Amino acid sequence: MTRSAAASASAAVNPLVVAAPGGADLAVRVRGLHKTYGETHAVDGVDLDVVRGEVLALLGPNGAGKTTTTEILEGYRHRDAGDVDVLGVDPAHGDAMWRSRIGIVLQTASDLGDLTVEESVTHFAGYYPRPRDVGEVIESVGLAEKRTTRGANLSGGQRRRLDVALGIIGRPELLFLDEPTTGFDPEARREFWVLIRELQAQGTTIMLTTHYLEEAEVLADRVAVIARGRVIACDIPERLGGRDESIATVSWREGDGVRSVQTQEPTTTVSELAARLGGEIPGLAIARPSLEDIYLSLIGHDTKDI
Amino acid sequence: MAASTIPTPLAPPGAIPLGVRRVRIELKQFFRDRQSAVFNFLLPVLLLVIFGSVFGNQPLAPGSDITFAQYFVAGMIASGVLYTSFQNLAIAIPLERDDGTLKRIQGTPMPKLSYFVGKIGLVFVAYVAQVTLLILVGKLFYKLVLPSGAQWFTFLWASVLGLIACTLLGIAFSVVPKNGKGAPAIVSPIVLVLQFTSGVFFQYDQLPHWMQQFSALFPLKWLTQAMRSVFLPPEAAAFEVTGSFELAKCAAVLFAWCIGGLILSLVFFRWNKRGQD
Repeated sequence: MTRSAAASASAAVNPLVVAAPGGADLAVRVRGLHKTYGETHAVDGVDLDVVRGEVLALLGPNGAGKTTTTEILEGYRHRDAGDVDVLGVDPAHGDAMWRSRIGIVLQTASDLGDLTVEESVTHFAGYYPRPRDVGEVIESVGLAEKRTTRGANLSGGQRRRLDVALGIIGRPELLFLDEPTTGFDPEARREFWVLIRELQAQGTTIMLTTHYLEEAEVLADRVAVIARGRVIACDIPERLGGRDESIATVSWREGDGVRSVQTQEPTTTVSELAARLGGEIPGLAIARPSLEDIYLSLIGHDTKDI
Repeated sequence: MAASTIPTPLAPPGAIPLGVRRVRIELKQFFRDRQSAVFNFLLPVLLLVIFGSVFGNQPLAPGSDITFAQYFVAGMIASGVLYTSFQNLAIAIPLERDDGTLKRIQGTPMPKLSYFVGKIGLVFVAYVAQVTLLILVGKLFYKLVLPSGAQWFTFLWASVLGLIACTLLGIAFSVVPKNGKGAPAIVSPIVLVLQFTSGVFFQYDQLPHWMQQFSALFPLKWLTQAMRSVFLPPEAAAFEVTGSFELAKCAAVLFAWCIGGLILSLVFFRWNKRGQD
């Protein structure tokens, strides 16, 4: 059996990896992706689909293979094995035409310090056949007031917004965002989420890597968890890792304290409570494990396996 | 005319128009960057003033009309080629590899050739600016005589060949420093050693034989020689080792370095940091 066949076979038996709907129009299709650095298998059989128009969040601990995978898709790195298709093109042979259809927001960049925001965005707009309007892009990332400020004088969060502006100026069909909101304050993060929603509404497919599970939950149509070079779970955030079927915690107020019960049948628990307490249940809350709980258990589970 | 009726071309702009855009943005960044301004403009002028003031009026030999200051200005103009091309790029490119410039532009449809067109444009403009400054200082303070007739032609080909060779060598050498921060510490001493051994700071014909032979392997020695033929009177040829400026040989060696630089840069240049591809 070849390496990539072995990888797909193992993915097929993993019930936590839910494939994209059959017949879906894919922006990205990855099968059996492998990349080795010396003795390290940075990517060890990744299978991944990104459906056109969706926001896919790629989660995973540092060193799990997120960046390597993303950078292979972006055409920065070469792969050792596997099939990769990004907008119908093998990124290893992506030409200028293909590049003009994707947008990339890299993780760390400190370039363009001597140019103003407007100069940078205008310059990069010139690389693309059908760029967005420079003023509108600057406005949409919330840098209108910093138009004439040089890159070196922007705050960390403002710098990231400039990176995003440069990533979307070319009107990409597919946008890669590598930890875009690192260093944002909560308000800036929320504004950024609005921007991503707008881009999605305009038909942009977005592949997002992030460390913020809240962000993945808010933005992503589907979440893929990558650990030790493989996708170990992939689903909509509400179902990831069997989250919807896991034990729920029902809590309410009774007497002078808060009580809680863990149950697999929360509806039954609630109706019993309602009957017992005679109508409205004070302080009722039903909680499933948060995405973070699920994520951590997935990562932990994986560690125990090895 | 309704703009919407014009079909939008979908192919990204070509390498040359984007190269011209790169030249403009490179120049903007270069002239706004304090470090490059110091390294490329202030330092050579400072050296010129200091050396000129110390050795200024000493004749090259007893009884000669030619002063060391004039000899030195010619050497500094030749060094200007090395500063603006080799030193500039061998320091700037590792910095750009570190700060994400190279990675960012690789992720755009800009043809890679445009990046180099931008660098070449930057080098030529920076050189013209620097050489103008040096000639101005030389003329004002050290009785530098402006070239005439065929000397202009020599000045032109020596500058162009030197710039092409040293630009390509700078691009190739940009893979040597491990990171941008350490680049000046590696690049500047090389330039300095070449200046000492190639007849910039000292009179070339008085250097030890082995030193002359060492520096004859590199372009700067031939550049300084050609520039001396441009900025010194013809009788200064007496102070050359062979008694002649050997212009044909200068051109041949510089041209050979253009070819060598092209091969080295094609073989060794890399866009990514080590271990990231």
